[in-house]
Amino acid sequence: MIVKTLSSDHTIGWVVASFTTLAIVGLFLPNWVLNGTMFGLARGLAVLGLLLLWRTGLISFGHALYFGIGAYAVALLEKYTGVSDIFLRLAAALIAASVVGFILGFVLRNYRGIFFAMLSLAFSMVLYGVLIKSEALGSTDGFSVSQTTILGWQPETKYPLFLMIILIGALAAVGVHVYFRSALGHLTTAVRDNEIRVEYLGYSVARAIHLKYVFSAALTGTAGGLFAMALGQVDPDSMVNWTVSGELVFISVLSGPGSVAAPFIGAVAFEFLRTFAFELAPHAWQLIVGGTLLGIIFFLPRGLWSLMEHVLMRKERRRG
Amino acid sequence: MDNASSILRVRDLNKSFAGIVAAKNINTDIKPGEVVGIIGANGAGKTVFVNMITGYLKPSSGSIEFAGRNITGIEPRDATHIGVCRSFQISQVFMSMTVMNNLLVAISLANHDTRSLLRPLNSMRRVRECEQVMERYKLSDYRDQVAGTLAQGVRKLLDIAMAVVSKPKLLLLDEPTSGVSVDEKFDLMDIVVNALREQGTAVLFVEHDMDIVQRYVDRIMAFYQGEIICDAPPELALRDSKVIEYVLGPGHAIQLVGDRLEESRHA
Amino acid sequence: MQATLTLLLDGLVYASYLFIVSVGLTIVFGVMKILNVAHGGFYAWGAYAAAYSIGVAAQLGLPDWFGLILIGVSSMCVGLIFGYLIERLILRRLYQHEEVIILLATFGLFLVLEDLILLVFGVNPYFAYQPMVYLGSVELGGIFRDVYSLSLLGLACLVAFVCWYILNRTKWGKILGTVIYDREISLAIGINVTTVYVWTFIIGATLGALGGAYISPTISVAPGISIDVIVLSFAVVVIGGMGSIPGALIGAVMVGMLRALAVHQFPELELFVVFAVMAIVLMIRPEGLFAPAKVRRI
Repeated sequence: MIVKTLSSDHTIGWVVASFTTLAIVGLFLPNWVLNGTMFGLARGLAVLGLLLLWRTGLISFGHALYFGIGAYAVALLEKYTGVSDIFLRLAAALIAASVVGFILGFVLRNYRGIFFAMLSLAFSMVLYGVLIKSEALGSTDGFSVSQTTILGWQPETKYPLFLMIILIGALAAVGVHVYFRSALGHLTTAVRDNEIRVEYLGYSVARAIHLKYVFSAALTGTAGGLFAMALGQVDPDSMVNWTVSGELVFISVLSGPGSVAAPFIGAVAFEFLRTFAFELAPHAWQLIVGGTLLGIIFFLPRGLWSLMEHVLMRKERRRG
Repeated sequence: MDNASSILRVRDLNKSFAGIVAAKNINTDIKPGEVVGIIGANGAGKTVFVNMITGYLKPSSGSIEFAGRNITGIEPRDATHIGVCRSFQISQVFMSMTVMNNLLVAISLANHDTRSLLRPLNSMRRVRECEQVMERYKLSDYRDQVAGTLAQGVRKLLDIAMAVVSKPKLLLLDEPTSGVSVDEKFDLMDIVVNALREQGTAVLFVEHDMDIVQRYVDRIMAFYQGEIICDAPPELALRDSKVIEYVLGPGHAIQLVGDRLEESRHA
Repeated sequence: MQATLTLLLDGLVYASYLFIVSVGLTIVFGVMKILNVAHGGFYAWGAYAAAYSIGVAAQLGLPDWFGLILIGVSSMCVGLIFGYLIERLILRRLYQHEEVIILLATFGLFLVLEDLILLVFGVNPYFAYQPMVYLGSVELGGIFRDVYSLSLLGLACLVAFVCWYILNRTKWGKILGTVIYDREISLAIGINVTTVYVWTFIIGATLGALGGAYISPTISVAPGISIDVIVLSFAVVVIGGMGSIPGALIGAVMVGMLRALAVHQFPELELFVVFAVMAIVLMIRPEGLFAPAKVRRI
């Protein structure tokens, strides 16, 4: 409890501080680190979307659907209209994902547990099935995405995009944090704990879940859009296949549900874990990743963030 | 209470599940602020009755009118909105949340205002209201305790407190003292009934313990096989021959002993 | 006529293959309530073990038919070793967790099994065509098919029959039925649930490996072969009803036929149609089309 109030009171400060630090440090980072961080933060945003559902007790095994929709919205917008402006691209990703999330939400809000996971998986695989066979949508190769412009300005380096990604990440983190602190946000845990009681308190559980599902889709869709811009490419296998959904769920477990900062830390950690694993043992990185997942489930069920909580707790105790 | 006419009007209510009759021709009227005890053996249809009024079960036929409005077959959450709330036989609370947060969620949902839901859960106004509720229901000592770790009696109080924060006009309590230890029962009921009388809420409660029933109710409804076999003030109802035969048990010579037996049989 | 026959044959062969792979998945779910993503790992291991051993046998100059025996032996070895180790060392510690967490753990195992393959067998593809060559091909109503592929049909029937027989005609089947019906009661009446779980998982793993091993002569065994298969077998199991063996059979026939139809008529719908059906089934009947009443599965 102490930890919760402590961290919640300072979360916004922490997010602003990390944003500033990252913005400054980003100026001096070598390109590969900058790229890795961008990929990590974009994935972190997607995982933030999953976290919203996780707090409600739902695990989606098909969130690559929204990640892919966001990414493809950016690519298709360019293909058909030539638009490369970051704001229009983000708007396309956000709207496309939210609309699909809103529609599918009517169905998914009635499912829990393993059925929710499986139905999400089925929906995402429907999109995957369409993408890999459709020439108009780039088939298995996908498309390339040209460099992102910002209000007509074409940046020389990747730094401006990096800045945008951390800005959006920070905004989303603060937004979700404020949401979690609100009465509506506390309904997430309430719904997970006891649906009957929520209904008898006069609130529709289906509506609560639907709302969270759309938010979650919007965040993950935006993340997909940013990821496509950072990577400069979209393709079904690295963005829509079920393994991508698995990866996102993996990062949520790695991060833990403790804080809105956790997904970003977890995702960046994952990105570099994978990079280094790939360097050290190109044929064993999945082994390392899979082993880590098992280790987390066994030894750190509340994720990397719980290590952070330990530190905060000790600090608090010393003070008190 | 200038309005002496009934707040709840139940007419010819029937319910059957696959041919089994669970409620048969139930007719009753509840006045505002009245405290009514529902007694009957297990399977007599008490909970079915409560579930139909709060919208958990749809009646097969008949009508339920609340404050002049037909609420037959209403959704539970809509029942809550118009002022019919309930507590549960097995406490339905948010197990992983603190007592305070449980109540805060209940309070924030009570005023049905979407915009206020966006404000922080622990806004000053809500916290103040929450503290009053905790005071009234003697929950202040447990404020920061996680609900899952509470003793049965306290969890039951929390369950009831969550049901009344919206200031319902009618509250249904399904076995408020089940699972509560004998010496805590009266304390619990004292807290609850006093608070509700103060608020002017009409209360319908299902109870097996006749000492409790006698002490708190204005009226008793006795159920047997889905029917109301007696609806009268306690002093009459507990002497009614049908009630003694079908509810209290034929061995009901000394009332107190009989009640204890009854209770242990239904525990 | 010929087109219809081709369609029917392709569909049935594919359905048989899907059934063999999915039946292990559904058995494990039915008994242990685990949706096992690592099943794909058993499939891949079966394929590699068979392809590798057939290759070695060919080098040693053993006759081609020997490969058929190796397929059986290698899938049993894979099932026994991995099934036993994974159940004992990992899953057993997770039974008290939520089923979704167990699902995640099996995803982790899937990743581990995938890379163990790369470490053991390397990245180059394996070809083990000897058993297929040995059985030759046959003409059926004007179309040529290799006997080996057709034999999948026979294998699927055999697997289905053995499952049916064990579940309905043996003491083992009764014990299994009891464990599925109520784990607590089974414990109370002295059934060794631990043993039942180990053997169920081993059998499930063996069937997964058998699917991979049997298909290996007809494909190039390369990294990542199980990624599509596992998610297809999820579709099969969900369509038929998770935990139901007849359900897996019907699910496999449906998916096999739909896919054959799509491949021949609307190639661009090949995967789409499978998952669309899976989604629709989940929407209409989440417990699956042919699952029996909720309590008794299998």
